[in-house]
Amino acid sequence: MQRYSGFGLVKHALRHHEDWQRQWRNPTPKPRYDVIIVGGGGHGLATAYYLAKEHGITNVAVLEKGWLGGGNTARNTTIVRSNYLWDESAALYEHAMKHWEGLSQELNYNVMFSQRGVLNLGHTLQDMRDIQRRVNANRLNGIDGEVLDAEGVQSLVPIMDCSKRARYPVMGASWQPRAGVARHDAVAWGYARAADALGVDLLQNTEVTGFKIRDGQIQGVHTNRGDIESKTVGCVTAGNSSVLASMAGLNLPLESHPLQALVSEPLKPVLDTVVMSNHVHGYISQSDKGDLVIGAGIDGYNGYGQRGSYPTVEHTLQAIVEMFPIFSRVRMNRQWGGIVDTCPDACPILSKTKVKGLYFNCGWGTGGFKATPGSGHVFAASLAKGEMHPIAAPFSIDRFHSGALIDEHGAAGVAH
Amino acid sequence: MFHIYCPYCEELREEEEFHPKGQAHIARPEEPDACSDEEWGDYLFFRDNPRGIHHEMWLHAVGCRKFFNITRNTVSYEILETYKMGEQPTVGAEHLAREEKTSSVQAAEGGQQTVGASDAALASVKGAQA
Repeated sequence: MQRYSGFGLVKHALRHHEDWQRQWRNPTPKPRYDVIIVGGGGHGLATAYYLAKEHGITNVAVLEKGWLGGGNTARNTTIVRSNYLWDESAALYEHAMKHWEGLSQELNYNVMFSQRGVLNLGHTLQDMRDIQRRVNANRLNGIDGEVLDAEGVQSLVPIMDCSKRARYPVMGASWQPRAGVARHDAVAWGYARAADALGVDLLQNTEVTGFKIRDGQIQGVHTNRGDIESKTVGCVTAGNSSVLASMAGLNLPLESHPLQALVSEPLKPVLDTVVMSNHVHGYISQSDKGDLVIGAGIDGYNGYGQRGSYPTVEHTLQAIVEMFPIFSRVRMNRQWGGIVDTCPDACPILSKTKVKGLYFNCGWGTGGFKATPGSGHVFAASLAKGEMHPIAAPFSIDRFHSGALIDEHGAAGVAH
Repeated sequence: MFHIYCPYCEELREEEEFHPKGQAHIARPEEPDACSDEEWGDYLFFRDNPRGIHHEMWLHAVGCRKFFNITRNTVSYEILETYKMGEQPTVGAEHLAREEKTSSVQAAEGGQQTVGASDAALASVKGAQA
C-alpha cells in the first residue's frame, strides 16, 4: 500500500498527480474464503479490516451488491458520540469512540474526525431530568459529559434562539465535548484501502441471492457471480437485513424505515458544534464545506425506497428554524433517504443465529455511523473466535425472547 | 406524499392525517400466560419486514380516528388497497398464508421474497397511489 503523507503529496504534485496508486484492487471472486462479509458499508469493511489486522484472517471477502459505502454510510449526518444511558450500549459506543480518536493515524487515511462536541437539547422539565440521569450514568461509565443550562447553551451556540420567546424554549442540554463529526465516505474508503492492503478481497457488484446451508451449518453463499464457499458468514446489510435473513429462513425483530437527511447551500462558518433536539426533532451541524447538514426523523411506515416523504422534511425544517431563526432564508440544496433497520429497543443486534456460522450485525437503526469502528472491531473478534465478544454479547438476538432488552428508546437521545 | 383512501371516511386524504402502526394481521395470543418465551417474543417483536407487498395497519389519527389496513409495496410505495379492520386483503394474500407453512430452515436455494401480486389483483386496486 502506498502510504499517504505530506511529502508524498508534494512528490505527486511534481508529477502532476498522474501516478497515484488505486486505493484497492478489483479482484475476481475466489471459490472459497475463510470468512465472507455480506455488505460493503462502513461496518462490513471495518469488520474485514479488523479480521485481517487483529486476528490474522486475511482470506476474507466483502460482498457488496452496489459500490463500497454506497448505502447508509454515504447517507448519514456523520455525527459521532457515545453518551448512551445503559451500561451495555455505553460500552459499545465508547469502544467505538476510542477507536475514532486514533482512526486517521491507524488507517493512514484522513477521516476528518472533528471532536467539536455534541449538544442534546432539553426543552421540558422531563427532558432535563433525563439529561441529568444520562450524564450521571455516562460519567460513571467514564464517558465525558456535562449538563448545561440555557445560558451555557447560548454561550456555546450564540446563533441559537435560547430565549423564553421560543415555542419550545431551550432549558438546557447535555454536552459531550469528545463527540463530533467525521467524514463518512472517508471512513468506508479508509477501511477499504487498509483491508485490501492486508489481502481482503472487496467484491463490488456482487449480490448475494441465497445461502448454502447443510445440516444447520452455513456452507457459503449464492451470488450473481457464482457460488462462494465459506463456513463463516457475517451479514452487515443494515436496511436489507430482513431480506437476507429470510433467505436463510430466519426472522428478525426489525423494521426497515426511510430516514432522511438534507444539506443546504454552503455558508460561511456559523455553527461550530453539533446540535440535536429530540423534542422538536431535528439535528444540525455545519460541514467543513460550509453546508448545513440536517437530519430528520424516520418515516413511520416501512419502506425500502431510499427516499422519504416531504411532510417529514417540512417538520424537520420547522424544528431547525424554530431553534435557529437565522437560518429561515437558507436554501436547501439536496435531500435524500437511507433505509435504516430499526430494532424495538433502539439497540443493534450483534448475534449468532440458529444457522451455525451465520452471524448478523444489524439493527443499528438511525445511529449506526458513530459505531462503525467499534462495531467492526467486536464483530470481527466474534467471527474470528466463534464466540461473541464480551461487548457484543448483550446484543444477542436472544434478548427478544429472554426479555433482557437494552431500552435506549428515548433514553439516550436516540433520534427516531 | 401519500394520498390514502380511508375505508371508513370513504375519502382520499393526505398522509399527514394518518399514522402508520406497523404490520397488520398479528393476532394477540389467546392465552398469553400459556405462551412460551419464544412465542411471546415472536408476537411482541418479530416482524416480516418484506421488500415488496406489505400489509400494514394505519390510524386515521386526525380524521375518524379508526384503525384500518393498507396493502402497500414497500419499494415503489404504491398503495394497492385499503380495507377495514377484520377484513382480509385481496392483494398478496398468499403472503399471509406463508405464516401457516412450516418454514424450512434448509433454504439451500435461497428463499425468494413473495413480491409482486398478479396483474389481475393489481387491477382490482381500491386504494389510491402514492
